[in-house]
Amino acid sequence: MKLGILVNEGPYNHEASDSAYQFARAALAKGHQVCRVFFYHDGVNNGTRLTVPPQDDRNIVKRWSELAAEHKLDLVVCIAAAQRRGLMDKGEAKRHGKDADNLAPGFRISGLGQLIEAGVEADRLVVFGD
Amino acid sequence: MTEENAGGRVKKFLYVNRKAPYGTIYALESLEVVLIGAAFEQDVSLAFIGDGVYQLAKGQDTKGLEVKNFSPAFRALEDYDVNKLYVDEESLRARGLSAQDLVVPVEVVSAQRMAEIMESQDVVLSF
Repeated sequence: MKLGILVNEGPYNHEASDSAYQFARAALAKGHQVCRVFFYHDGVNNGTRLTVPPQDDRNIVKRWSELAAEHKLDLVVCIAAAQRRGLMDKGEAKRHGKDADNLAPGFRISGLGQLIEAGVEADRLVVFGD
Repeated sequence: MTEENAGGRVKKFLYVNRKAPYGTIYALESLEVVLIGAAFEQDVSLAFIGDGVYQLAKGQDTKGLEVKNFSPAFRALEDYDVNKLYVDEESLRARGLSAQDLVVPVEVVSAQRMAEIMESQDVVLSF
């Protein structure tokens, strides 16, 4: 089955991000396809490479990056939600005159159209959030 | 905007609004998805359940909150051919509201009818 995933909550603050990751990993292990993971609302914070969680805790951002590298996942951070919350790639940082960028490897920033497209393309769009 | 109509397929999208308009950003950002998504020529419906019904309440005054009152944007949905708005009857009644208290025309439906509407969708986005 072709799955799309929507993550609406930030890392550590809410279990939705963990559940979405575990669901994606389990689905891939079962041979399903994950055509896109879209991060919205505070979910965009799953894409910052600057998190430094305690060493005895899971590294949520790194985990997403590794899963993306392993399975060529398309991890998309909503641009409008990202701009509000200070998530940016190099291009966005330059465009807005910011002195830093913080997007983690494997993530890309794009528009809400990518979420709609995932809904159209996927057999199921699974939403993780409050 | 055929280039944005992914593969020319039309699916039934339902946006379920469950949160109060202010206090969290869910309602505002949900509406942003609806407005952007409208350009994709899908079959769009909106549902309002629980505190989500407050999103449509008339007379919202957000000056004291120092945030934008985005309720007028619901009136623009019609221009995007989004006109299937379903409001849960019990949620309205529990909050002392009726269809006349809302900024746009809606269809007030029972919980059972709402379940049927959800069942008939291809994509359900819950905010």
